[in-house]
Amino acid sequence: MTNHWNDLQNSDCILIMGSNAAENHPISFKWAVKAQKRGAKIIHVDPRFTRTSARSDAYIPLRSGTDIAVLGGMINYLIKNKRYFHKYMVDYTNASFIVGKDFDFKDGLFSGFDSKTNSYDKSKWAFEVDDKGIPKQDKSLQDPNCVFQILKKHYARYTPEKVSSISGVSVKDLELLYDTYTATGKPNKAGTIMYAMGWTQHSVGVQNIRAMAMIQLMLGNIGIAGGGVNALRGECNVQGSTDYALLYHILPGYLKTPLAGQDSLEQYNNTYTPKSNDPESANWWQHYPKYSASLIKAMYSEDTPEQGYQYLPRLDNHKASQYSWIPLIDRMYEGKFSGSLIWGMNPACSSSDSVKTRKALGKLDWMVNVNLFQCETSDFWKGPDMDPKKIKTETFFIPCASAIEKEGSVSNSGRWMQWRYKGPDAFGDVMTDGHYFHEIWEELKALYEKEGGAYPEPITHLSFDNMCEENDHGHMEFSARKTAKLCNGWFTRDVEVKGKKFKKGQQVPSFAYLQTDGSTTSGNWLYCNSVTDDENKSMRHDASQTKEQANIGLFPNWTWCWPVNRRILYNRASVDEKGQPWAPKKAVIKWNGSKWIGDVPDGGWKPGTRHPFIMRKNGFGQLYGPGRADGPLPEYYEPLECPVKTHPFSKTLHNPTAVQIKGEEKAVCDPRFPFVGTTYRVTEHWQTGSMTRWQDWLVEAEPQMFVEISPELAKLRGIENGEKVTVESVRGSLWAIAMVTERIQPYNINGTDVHMVGMPWHYGWVTPINGGDSANIVTPNVGDPNTGIPEYKAFMVNIRKWKEGDK
Amino acid sequence: MMNINRRDFVKLTTAAAAGIAAVPAFGGLGQAFANTAEERAKQLSPKWTQQTTSVCAFCSVGCGLLVNTDLETKRAVNVEGNPDHPINEGALCAKGAASIQMTENPKRPGKFLYRAPYSGEWEEKDWNFCKTRIAQLIKKSRDESFEKKNAKGQVVNRTMGIASLGSAALDNEECYAMHSFMRSLGLVYVEHQARI
Ligand code: SF4
Repeated sequence: MTNHWNDLQNSDCILIMGSNAAENHPISFKWAVKAQKRGAKIIHVDPRFTRTSARSDAYIPLRSGTDIAVLGGMINYLIKNKRYFHKYMVDYTNASFIVGKDFDFKDGLFSGFDSKTNSYDKSKWAFEVDDKGIPKQDKSLQDPNCVFQILKKHYARYTPEKVSSISGVSVKDLELLYDTYTATGKPNKAGTIMYAMGWTQHSVGVQNIRAMAMIQLMLGNIGIAGGGVNALRGECNVQGSTDYALLYHILPGYLKTPLAGQDSLEQYNNTYTPKSNDPESANWWQHYPKYSASLIKAMYSEDTPEQGYQYLPRLDNHKASQYSWIPLIDRMYEGKFSGSLIWGMNPACSSSDSVKTRKALGKLDWMVNVNLFQCETSDFWKGPDMDPKKIKTETFFIPCASAIEKEGSVSNSGRWMQWRYKGPDAFGDVMTDGHYFHEIWEELKALYEKEGGAYPEPITHLSFDNMCEENDHGHMEFSARKTAKLCNGWFTRDVEVKGKKFKKGQQVPSFAYLQTDGSTTSGNWLYCNSVTDDENKSMRHDASQTKEQANIGLFPNWTWCWPVNRRILYNRASVDEKGQPWAPKKAVIKWNGSKWIGDVPDGGWKPGTRHPFIMRKNGFGQLYGPGRADGPLPEYYEPLECPVKTHPFSKTLHNPTAVQIKGEEKAVCDPRFPFVGTTYRVTEHWQTGSMTRWQDWLVEAEPQMFVEISPELAKLRGIENGEKVTVESVRGSLWAIAMVTERIQPYNINGTDVHMVGMPWHYGWVTPINGGDSANIVTPNVGDPNTGIPEYKAFMVNIRKWKEGDK
Repeated sequence: MMNINRRDFVKLTTAAAAGIAAVPAFGGLGQAFANTAEERAKQLSPKWTQQTTSVCAFCSVGCGLLVNTDLETKRAVNVEGNPDHPINEGALCAKGAASIQMTENPKRPGKFLYRAPYSGEWEEKDWNFCKTRIAQLIKKSRDESFEKKNAKGQVVNRTMGIASLGSAALDNEECYAMHSFMRSLGLVYVEHQARI
């Protein structure tokens, strides 16, 4: 989230699209309702009527996977009707930038497409620059090659009639949505978006979000109270675990994983450190070498940053099609991994195409699964259609301490780093995950020191002691408090920085003090400032606020928030060049003549001296984004499995760059699988249910697998409410109890009724008895080209009465 | 009606309402619901418990929790919303309100389990056995699959034979430890919940 949960109350219009906030982030909704009571409008756009729809001012159904059509239509509407916030758009976004002559767009494809590799040469989309390398601009927005004119032309194709014909949203509903939402394009109005996996889990997931980010930039809704682009993140620490880079493409703090050919730290830094010649561009990533050196120094304190860099593994590229989840599971299925460590996860149910995933686990020589409870992954070898006698995989189930049995911090969706204290002792023989990592590493270190082996130094030199404290028996053991200090970072020797003297061992006060020369450690530069010499700020429970902070519900002394306790990102875009807020009644920051008041500003420079989007090389919000794998502008494509052969925007049916596995069949207009399938969550269960399916209160509320269908589809297939049915796709089948409900309605697509089948994905065969199995048995191995996230939200299935012999 | 305090009353009514609304596929009330409300209510006396704050372990709204732990048994006796917390102001959703069952649960395994190749059974083992064996297996896989250079002859120093999956369920500090450990092993196939 650019903003945070309490901030929702400041909004004038809350668009909930790609999320069911009331059921899946229930407590968030209290802040949405607070805004509504003040007069704000809530609009829910979703394939299915839910409790979120019930509390909204308008509910608008759309066919799953058609969001870009609807959002593209909104861009067209707001340009045609001049609903944009003109000054904000001209001064703070790249609307005026001139796009180079190589850019082109024809029939669903951008220039630079290579049909052999299904990828783009992004250099074709670059901006024109002057002799200093600064992008050329036309602030009048008249140049036919400026971003604004390109957008205007691109989205003029998204007429309400075309959008309606493919999405199933009536033209009347589209107008209501467009008119209500774009009314927030005024300086004193705020509109916000609450989205979740309903947007990310598509083969166009990133472009769904880009389309909305563009709308928010054009309406001047970023950086302000009650605005922003707000991803309602899932797991309690999915934000933190992403910040800490448990992903193939990044290192902590969103640094890049090194690639083959980047042989020295200098080469690596040069590749990823952007340079800007514009004195008004803060270009924050220019500090990249300080963050990379401090991270390496945190990991390898006895080595120089250059030497420590040599211990990091290199990838061949950063392509999602090679290293992300879907190709990883495929590689496991092909027998190319001998072992796997599966920590706090249940891929046997959460991975797309669960049957393939379960088979893949059987190709491993060994597998370690760490969880609170046994699940379909730990026990996969005795699951349906498995013969343990034929499965080699040596398997460990390691139970772990629960969240209340240990201490440490988690970061919520609003980037609040919140400390959890230890309550009860760890249960039975179990320990914390931190202890497990440390003790396995100790074993390995001893083994490599004794026996040698492949390149032992990265293991034997790892400064794990930085994360440990001596226990009562004189042994080093994992300590969350010590690790939190390391993640912030400390000085490794006596130094003077910016005129201030620091002693070896002192905490670094904030990332502005990090160094390239190895004199600082920082396990994650974004968290630098969280644990200072005085305190661990994530432990703070102090609700005090200034008058200005209270006015917009900021709690700057309650825990801590990255970066440097800034609660609303890009907040310098909430003020004009004199530092005066666009919306004085809901000011986020304000220049009082000598200093900023309110939130921590996005850089303390005087007003009007820096472009506000400081994380971008040029300092502007990106309406046109030449960095994405699938184009600089969102364009409409059908999901990779879909019910139509054509769509009205081009002859390119699918996202040509989507991640997919060669040779795997897909259902496109396939009469065997005529219905759109989608998956979702209920309030009472969590993800695959591997924790909640063991909790009696929750199982009583939601005991077994069900499938929601419309009365029309029930009639078509002769299915009664409460009857057992079979849902099947190209990949597999499962049973579910039919829930016939008007919450789902057929969509009118080009004059034809298209039906949808909706399933929760919380169940699995381990528990409860008669609970059913995972909806992911039917989901496909296709994903977004930028992120690799699978298309769990739109695929094709059949549904029929269950019969003897079915699963 | 039993003599119980407000917190337990709220909890009982919530559970009962949920029970009525649902159609139970397999009868019977939950174990935690069976007979101990009065006893649990007694245990809530501040004399006997210590209160700590925590954060809900389900979604990333990050609702604040109050946890009461019995001073003698060191087990949690109650978990509820923290009324001082600015986000949830004491409220919790159904999952958050059931938090205690994640920790205090008769079905929760407290032992390490091991399944030998081709075996049909789990065996109980101690941590010592597990960590020694896991370290040996990691080393074998790493040594066998370690690539010093890629096909183009560029230095890559990576382990191709091990995949790491997880975890958004870890605390930040554990995530940092996991990142450091996995990267020190040379792993490039490192993924977790954020991807799916
Ligand atoms: S109580 Fe519910 S809304 Fe709050 S963090 Fe937990 S799961 Fe999310």
